[in-house]
Amino acid sequence: MAFSIYDFSSFTQSIHQLLSGVMSPAWVLVSELVLVGLVFLMFYALLGLALVYLERRVCAFIQNRLGPNRVGPQGIFQTIADLIKLLFKEIFIIKNADKFLFNLAPFIVIIASMMAIGALPFAKGLHAMDFNIGVFYILAVTSLGVVGILLAGWSSNSKYSLLGAMRSGAQIISYELSVGLSMLAIIIFSGSMQLSVIVESQANGWWIFKGHIPAFISFVIFLIAATAETNRGPFDLAEAESELTAGFHTEYSGIRFAFFFLAEYMNMFLAAALATTLFLGGWMPLHFGVDTQFNHIMDFVPPVVWFFGKTFFVIYIIMLFKWTFPRLRIDQLLTLEWKYLLPINLFNIVLIAFLVMMGWHF
Amino acid sequence: MSLQQIMFTLFAAMIMVFSILTITSRRILRAATFLLFVLISTAGLYFWLNYEFLAGVQIALYAGGIVVIIIFSILLTHHINHKFEKPGLGNLIAGIGVGVLGAAISISTLLTYNFSAKPTTPMVNDVKAIGNQLVSTGHNGYALPFEVISILLLAALIGAIIVAKKQDTVSETESK
Repeated sequence: MAFSIYDFSSFTQSIHQLLSGVMSPAWVLVSELVLVGLVFLMFYALLGLALVYLERRVCAFIQNRLGPNRVGPQGIFQTIADLIKLLFKEIFIIKNADKFLFNLAPFIVIIASMMAIGALPFAKGLHAMDFNIGVFYILAVTSLGVVGILLAGWSSNSKYSLLGAMRSGAQIISYELSVGLSMLAIIIFSGSMQLSVIVESQANGWWIFKGHIPAFISFVIFLIAATAETNRGPFDLAEAESELTAGFHTEYSGIRFAFFFLAEYMNMFLAAALATTLFLGGWMPLHFGVDTQFNHIMDFVPPVVWFFGKTFFVIYIIMLFKWTFPRLRIDQLLTLEWKYLLPINLFNIVLIAFLVMMGWHF
Repeated sequence: MSLQQIMFTLFAAMIMVFSILTITSRRILRAATFLLFVLISTAGLYFWLNYEFLAGVQIALYAGGIVVIIIFSILLTHHINHKFEKPGLGNLIAGIGVGVLGAAISISTLLTYNFSAKPTTPMVNDVKAIGNQLVSTGHNGYALPFEVISILLLAALIGAIIVAKKQDTVSETESK
């Protein structure tokens, strides 16, 4: 951007030089890895707490209640209290479960979401891994999460868990197709899979504006499919309380349940952050026209604020979905994907390829 | 040992340990999980080589696709208490013998082959280059293999649909 004070690469460079001054290159690399890992862990935990609080407030707002409002101002410490409660809870060991897989499953789910979040661009230079295959990498590692869900359902040795896991698996595998194809739209527009390049390509306008109606269709499909892939309502049949108790994590308690819970919220954050990066300009500020007074004012807002502002806006939309629409049946769910979203998506991709070939986008 | 060597040793050790666990585990879902770890460690090896595209394909296709399908079919068919029987002594000896023989041939070939390091320009392996080569017909173009494979896939898809359809009509005529 125009303002180099918001460029994080000089900040990260200075840390690198500071470390290089006191230790050998190998140890610099190791300590940098540890630092980045610690930052991400902190980020993960704090964001999880914030998202749970936000969800409860949004839900309460829609149901005309107040939501958590006693612990701390506006109830902001409620989720922290809940977290402490979860940490102190007993971890049940089920007698006839496959203990190895039962213990492993939550870690697979949480590692998959953690790996994906590492590749997100938060601001200029604030980017843990800038892969050449960024979009594809995120798609690949998020597909690992379903393994954890399937293992959790099977190793619990409970019919509710198994049914929930099967539903969840079928759902994630089908909707992954739509997520991938709607992301492909932006890959065609920007001509790159690298997330930083995709963000840079939106310096003169976000793809949702530049890409005409096809980009908007892709955005809507991405939102629907990503909501379904994160197992959130109205697509939460995998943990439909009235039918399946709690789905694949019925038998989990304490910190292991918290892992599933946290991973679900982080996947929602990931979906929103991806929607922001691909369609809403990432950390790029909102601009109208060229070189106007409005644009200069917008440039002063730090990119991190832009990124998280847009991401939380998308999260708010996803939360509104959950609390306004009734849950779909499994056949409706699969019909929506295979009979509507997929054909629309395929046609949309051809249309976008034609648009880009003729150079009709801005 | 440099950091590179440590990483390679780590990935190689993981691949070896989990491969052995995959074939020795007598619970089928555990075997599938160990196979998943083998495939992910292999992807790690590709990342280590800076070959990101292949690593992504490895994770998406093998770990996220094939292993999920294997697990799905296990979930549908196996009960949690099901365990494989111990293999017979003859099978065990034959299996170990074949494994040792294969390893011996590979290792002896690797040790006797005269690897020579040549200074060459580093290959461009970004996605754009891969995509361009995949659909180009000229030098190093892969358009023909790509199309041939797509025909094979199409045939497999049609075959799968027909296999699935046939059972449906049979059950309909039976019900009539």
